[in-house]
Amino acid sequence: MPITRDEVAHLARLSRLALSDAELDHFAGQLDQIITAVARVQEVAAEGIPPMTHAVPVVNVLRDDVEVPCLPSALVLSQAPAAEQGRFRVPRILAED
Amino acid sequence: MSADRKICGDLTELTAAQTAAAVAAGDASAVEVTTAHLDKIAAIDARVHAFLHVAPEQALAAARAVDERRAAGEPLGPLAGVPLALKDVFTTADMPTTCGSRILENWQPPYDATITRRLRQAGVVLLGKTNMDEFAMGSSTENSAFGPSRNPWDLTRVPGGSSGGSAAAVAAYEAPLAMGTDTGGSIRQPAAVCGIVGVKPTYGGSSRYGLVAFASSLDTPGPLARTVLDAALLHEVMSGHDPCDSTSVDAPVPPVVAAARQADVAGLRIGVVSELRGDGYQPGVLARFREAVELLESIGAKVTEVSCPHFRYALPTYYLVAPSEASSNLARFDAMRYGLRVGDDGTRSADEVMSLTRAAGFGAEVKRRIILGTYALSSGYYEAYYGKAQQVRTLISRDFDAAFEQVDVLVSPTTPTTAFPIGERADDPMAMYLADLCTIPSDLAGNAALSVPCGLAPEDGLPVGLQVMAPALADDRLYRVGAAVEAALEQRWGGPLLGQAEGIG
Amino acid sequence: MTVSATTGSLAAAAPALVPYDDAVARYEPVIGLETHVELGTVTKMFCGCRTVFGAEPNSSVCPVCLGLPGSLPVTNRVAIEYTIRIGLALNCDISTWCRFARKNYFYPDMPKDYQISQYDEPLCTDGWLDIEVDGRPVRIGIERVHLEEDTGKSLHVGGATGRIHGADYSLVDYNRAGIPLVEVVTKPVPGTGALAPEIARAYVTELRELLRALGVSDVRMEEGSLRCDVNTSIAPAGAPWGTRTETKNVNSLRSVERAVRFEIQRQAGVLDAGGRIIQETRHFQEGAGTTIAGRSKEEAQDYRYFPEPDLVPLAPSGEWVDELRAALPELPAARRARLRADWGLSALGMTALANAGALDLVEQTVAAGTTAADARKWWLGELARRANESGTELAALPVTPAQVARVAALVTAGTLNDKLARQVLDFVLAGEGEPDEIVAARGLAVVSDDGALTAAVDEAIAAHPDIAAKIRDGKTAAAGALVGAVMKATRGQADAGRARELILDRLG
Repeated sequence: MPITRDEVAHLARLSRLALSDAELDHFAGQLDQIITAVARVQEVAAEGIPPMTHAVPVVNVLRDDVEVPCLPSALVLSQAPAAEQGRFRVPRILAED
Repeated sequence: MSADRKICGDLTELTAAQTAAAVAAGDASAVEVTTAHLDKIAAIDARVHAFLHVAPEQALAAARAVDERRAAGEPLGPLAGVPLALKDVFTTADMPTTCGSRILENWQPPYDATITRRLRQAGVVLLGKTNMDEFAMGSSTENSAFGPSRNPWDLTRVPGGSSGGSAAAVAAYEAPLAMGTDTGGSIRQPAAVCGIVGVKPTYGGSSRYGLVAFASSLDTPGPLARTVLDAALLHEVMSGHDPCDSTSVDAPVPPVVAAARQADVAGLRIGVVSELRGDGYQPGVLARFREAVELLESIGAKVTEVSCPHFRYALPTYYLVAPSEASSNLARFDAMRYGLRVGDDGTRSADEVMSLTRAAGFGAEVKRRIILGTYALSSGYYEAYYGKAQQVRTLISRDFDAAFEQVDVLVSPTTPTTAFPIGERADDPMAMYLADLCTIPSDLAGNAALSVPCGLAPEDGLPVGLQVMAPALADDRLYRVGAAVEAALEQRWGGPLLGQAEGIG
Repeated sequence: MTVSATTGSLAAAAPALVPYDDAVARYEPVIGLETHVELGTVTKMFCGCRTVFGAEPNSSVCPVCLGLPGSLPVTNRVAIEYTIRIGLALNCDISTWCRFARKNYFYPDMPKDYQISQYDEPLCTDGWLDIEVDGRPVRIGIERVHLEEDTGKSLHVGGATGRIHGADYSLVDYNRAGIPLVEVVTKPVPGTGALAPEIARAYVTELRELLRALGVSDVRMEEGSLRCDVNTSIAPAGAPWGTRTETKNVNSLRSVERAVRFEIQRQAGVLDAGGRIIQETRHFQEGAGTTIAGRSKEEAQDYRYFPEPDLVPLAPSGEWVDELRAALPELPAARRARLRADWGLSALGMTALANAGALDLVEQTVAAGTTAADARKWWLGELARRANESGTELAALPVTPAQVARVAALVTAGTLNDKLARQVLDFVLAGEGEPDEIVAARGLAVVSDDGALTAAVDEAIAAHPDIAAKIRDGKTAAAGALVGAVMKATRGQADAGRARELILDRLG
């Protein structure tokens, strides 16, 4: 089943990628090819096969509820694209989640 | 240091083991060793472009510290004073970490990766950060936002990827050791096409804390070196449980150095994977591979053929699992807290700035995989794509389990072709993905695998790698076989394979 | 005219609000509640940063809770323990094997742009919580209890009220990011009828009491450690359930009740006008008691859940769960039943205590030696009146159960009478110190000393000869007026009984 340009555009929006028209065209063709290839996994009979977990399966890796030194806030903010009042300044958010 | 104990010749030609011994014995100072390598980088890296960042001051300071410890009579670790090139996917608190991407250009992490910390504690001298395919997505280093690295055997060709910079650095004698990461073959394939040794340890054998994630369930840090013993030494220093990584294995590190020194395959059962050959494999690669297998037989191994039927589905499985996890792992690059920010003119919304930034900051392959991964995880597609791939992955793992009931290790060529010319596959993703055909199964199953040079392909005189695969936690078997092959072949060649390269400058 | 929150466009005028009684007469509501509880662990869910409230911004963060490239989560054992205990207290089944999952969406207060949560494998499922409303027992089914990590907090700058709409930019603090959050989701609750708002409120109240008893959270709604989303739908009797809306920003118990009430009225208005209910997220407006439309859920978010590859599965052992179950404290319902029996109260009596927020206070006063009846009298009487006057809750009054117990003891001993006791409490509330100090400093004790009393009695007899005459004639009832005069003369401190005796002695 080919993936359409519109679907690619939708996925790009979903993953916050502002693709140009040229990119959309180019990627749609390539992705179509790739998806056809990866869809081959559907040929495999896998009824009742559990999904893969760790190569060395383990459960219950937990840590104690004990404080560990954190990062100095100046260092934290030093790499921020914008900061104000000790906080990360971000562009306006359109809607509450 | 007394003059008559000094090492003669080029310090950059020593192996890591030889370097460590020289430093420990006082035959060369760590500063001399580091200086020699920094000089080498300065002389040739403009042509190789293995490094994105060289850190001479920090390296010399680290070297001085080793020399001071030695002078004070303190015990030195097995790799103290040995220089290393670190793939730019590991965070370093004193050097930028870009992951080969514009979106992290000049990002200065506030913390060291566990691997970085362990290397420093061991007295290993970090020379700098090496080039890589952006966010480890690629098999040629052409996906780096900062230009490709070049294969020291032929500068018009790729060094493989994504750890191409690391492999090139070692093959060009800019460092005796390098650290890479392997998700679909990104250590072994560059090692193979650059004629050096590369190892993907058991998944979880060392810490991923500070390793910028591409595919969380696949990413594995590992060593690149010119000899099997060197790789083993680095393997031991870097490995071990880390409480900061929930997926790290809480078990003793397999005795890989001892196995590398043992180098004996008498009685070992070796299985040739029947699915990993045929169409798409370069004849010269298959020829060298066959010879390597015959050689193993001649030195005492028992060779049989083994079928792993689900390996045919390894490539599509990988290209569902990896991009899916990547699409989620790379979401954090949203221009809000660090990294590139584009388009914030005071009127645009956060969503718009995120989208513009990611469009400008990510390259084409990364964008393709994010979209592919988002697709595979979408409601309505999950079961057929990501969900199914995770099931097929279990079947591939079971193929390995069944095979390892019959044999102790499996072998195959590391990659179907030798190094291809830069630009040849750059805009053909499907062709590029084929480079991972043989390496991907071990990433999916999480077991251990190694690539060791096994000759030059007659058609083009370029290196071919032999891949050895072992069960999870049996990494030592890799080194037994690898060292045995290396010793036998080097005897045949009269020296290491790299000796047959023309060298640079 | 209403302005749509998301599109900024003018929508058609909203249908009229149907009066509540009318709405519930013709429609049957179904409610559901999702409650988020911030756990009171020392450190965050997946890293060792201290959980802080009100600290300097970005002062308790690390690579993990900031989601820096390369960081990895490691699960907090105590957070798992607390979640299991909550599940056990809610009569849930505890999973024997489950995983965390990634919930993927982009938002600036989410450091990784995914939230580690649980999706189709929650830690606890299928329980219940019994509540009582107006003496009527209601069992609220619990669908699931799961664990996730909290997000950072944004300040919106530039808009009128500090809200998102109209803001120019936002400032984000990640101190809260990564704090363990337990989500308790009820099953839909049908059959509540007109009591839906009260039942919703009672559920949250009881849940809060339970969480407090477990000691897993400080459950302060005003601080955000307990957050509620309310789901409401209505349908004509016998019809299939209607489309539900989700109301967020419900920050107090009273708001829970008001939000449900309003939604029932609003939805009735829409249906009456022939419209249909849109499945959407709405926001509760504290001031007006109304809800307004938020993001439409019709274009539902695809969170692309998948199991978290950076964590390994959780498999709580049977032994561990049994240990936790055995160590559960007395839960509120059981405690109320025990106290009710101990105190010999009716259901209504207990409800009155609970509604006034007086349960703990009475229990502690009884523990300090007072009878249950006396304790109730003081807390539900005089002190409740004072609380109402000052617009505070009972528990916020500046008087302790120990102090109330002391006052009650002084009355029992005869040192104080009721009137004097009320005065003493007034002075305690005013901050003048302990009851005994006040009695001594202000000389508020009942006067029983015959000497002083006799003088006052003689004065009163002398001042009221006509009343005295009546008493001499045998009309002993008239003694009350003279007692009153004595009380007045002694500013209420006379021992009334003794005064009466003396009067009758004198004139008998």
